[in-house]
Amino acid sequence: MGSLVLKNIRKSFGQVEVLKGIDLEVSDGEFVIFVGPSGCGKSTLLRVIAGLEDATSGSVGIDGEVVGHLPPSKRGIAMVFQTYALYPHLTVRNNMALGLKQAGQPADQVEQRVTAASTMLSLDEYLERYPAELSGGQRQRVAIGRAVVRDPQLFLFDEPLSNLDAALRVNTRLEIARLHRELGATMIYVTHDQVEAMTLADKIVVLNSGVVEQIGSPMELYNNPANMFVAGFIGSPQMNFIDAGRVGRGDADKIGIRPEHISVDPETGTWAGNVLHAEHLGADTILYMETEAAGLLTVRLFGEHKFNADDKLFATPDENRMFAFDKDGRSIAA
Amino acid sequence: MAKATHSVTRSFAAHAILATYTIIALFPVVVIIINSFKSRKAIFRSPLSLPDQETFSLIGYETVLAQGDFFLYFQNSLIVTVVSLFFVLLFGAMAAFALSEYRFRGNSLMGLYLALGIMIPIRLGTVAILKLMVASGLVNTLTALILVYTAQGLPLAIFILSEFMRQLSADLKDAGRIDGLSEYRIFLRLVLPLVRPAMATVAVFTMIPIWNDLWFPLILAPAEETKTITLGAQVFIGQFVTNWNAVLSALSLAILPVLVLYVIFSRQLIRGITAGAVK
Repeated sequence: MGSLVLKNIRKSFGQVEVLKGIDLEVSDGEFVIFVGPSGCGKSTLLRVIAGLEDATSGSVGIDGEVVGHLPPSKRGIAMVFQTYALYPHLTVRNNMALGLKQAGQPADQVEQRVTAASTMLSLDEYLERYPAELSGGQRQRVAIGRAVVRDPQLFLFDEPLSNLDAALRVNTRLEIARLHRELGATMIYVTHDQVEAMTLADKIVVLNSGVVEQIGSPMELYNNPANMFVAGFIGSPQMNFIDAGRVGRGDADKIGIRPEHISVDPETGTWAGNVLHAEHLGADTILYMETEAAGLLTVRLFGEHKFNADDKLFATPDENRMFAFDKDGRSIAA
Repeated sequence: MAKATHSVTRSFAAHAILATYTIIALFPVVVIIINSFKSRKAIFRSPLSLPDQETFSLIGYETVLAQGDFFLYFQNSLIVTVVSLFFVLLFGAMAAFALSEYRFRGNSLMGLYLALGIMIPIRLGTVAILKLMVASGLVNTLTALILVYTAQGLPLAIFILSEFMRQLSADLKDAGRIDGLSEYRIFLRLVLPLVRPAMATVAVFTMIPIWNDLWFPLILAPAEETKTITLGAQVFIGQFVTNWNAVLSALSLAILPVLVLYVIFSRQLIRGITAGAVK
């Protein structure tokens, strides 16, 4: 149960083609994250899977069955929205129960499943409250509870953490990870935040303007990005891209090196430069350097360092962890 | 420490302006009501004074109530207003939902077409409407009035409600679809309760012109058994003699039902606004 197969999904709004042929296979129990910049089509793809939008062409298969003709409620899915989308006139209990009641489940079974979900998400004391009486984090838990109660084959999350503040975001992220472990259900999750993607996913799908750039586990994407887009999108701070000609690599167009794979030394090194700005984060120190040979570089050092703006430093890249890209931005195997 | 929002002169000025406006707005209503309780002579002698022991008289109300048809007029007005209001809100909300929720060819053109009626007074079509009613045998029926008033109220209702519905969260409706609610239930259970403040606004704006209208009752339904209250009150206004006691009493009574409806809707209005504010 719970597998998903997308075949050549295309979607146009008028003249604008938002999805340009998406193929994807998700096996049962996987946690898959669609990640990409705003407007890349990731939410639209999720809505096509949910049946809230019809694909212009292509097919969606859930659990081995093509579901193009089925309405959202018959697809065995549940969805959690960015804006929570709780029914404002219903209590938490009724919000969670509505879907099952609508499907004609017997009352005692509905009650049992609501209780189980509310216990799992520590919502027991809020069951009789209305959504307006809950905080943002509680509301999102109710929205997740509403999805859990449906016992779906496929969970769909549409940027569920975007409306929460930083601390709650981490908590809810852990909650979702725990939920995935406990339920063992297949989950599809959309976000533009690569930290969420890296921390939660079994498999990340990087989307950019309607096409899949790369599919892989978080570490595959980090260590072997297929192209410059993925290399730049995964990892924070962003990878440094250097014109290959400037550093004497004639075989490539651009050279990429992650900030954490550059070391600095005041005395000696490959690229001499000036510190423009230093960010001291405690665990990390981020330096922005202007180098003669390689241009502007971001360097991430672990721990505390006493470097400041206008210091003269030498930066040395870890040769084994450099990436090379051709004219079209594709990775060249080292 | 002077706070900008709590300046005494500023709040005094605001209250003075509001009080002046209230007095101007209420003056004619108060004059009608106090004079409806006075004898005919007192009305003309000192129209602004309150009724005292000497001038107090219920003769106007007695005249109005003695004229048995008056309850019928009331009933007619109430039926026409309430039924028209119901249809305006129902069809207006349904059309607004379709316009705001679904993408289809000609959506914005259709919206414009449906709202066009705001700019074109329906009375321009009186002759055609009368012909239509004659041809369909609806002259001198309340149905004729209800149909006309429904048509008259729809453009504004669609315009206001569709603007409101566009602001509703799309996620909420999608959540309903995933929970298996039909489009009708999404409309009735999710959308309508959330646009209640807008519905109340539309109801107030629609109801008052219908209740007060003299034009269409006079033209389409002047028969004794279909007269509305505004038309009925005209029997006391003669070419040579006007029974002012009766006219003023009839008008005072006519204010009551519309006031009750207004209070009901404005409650909704305020509750809707505050509920949105604390969310």
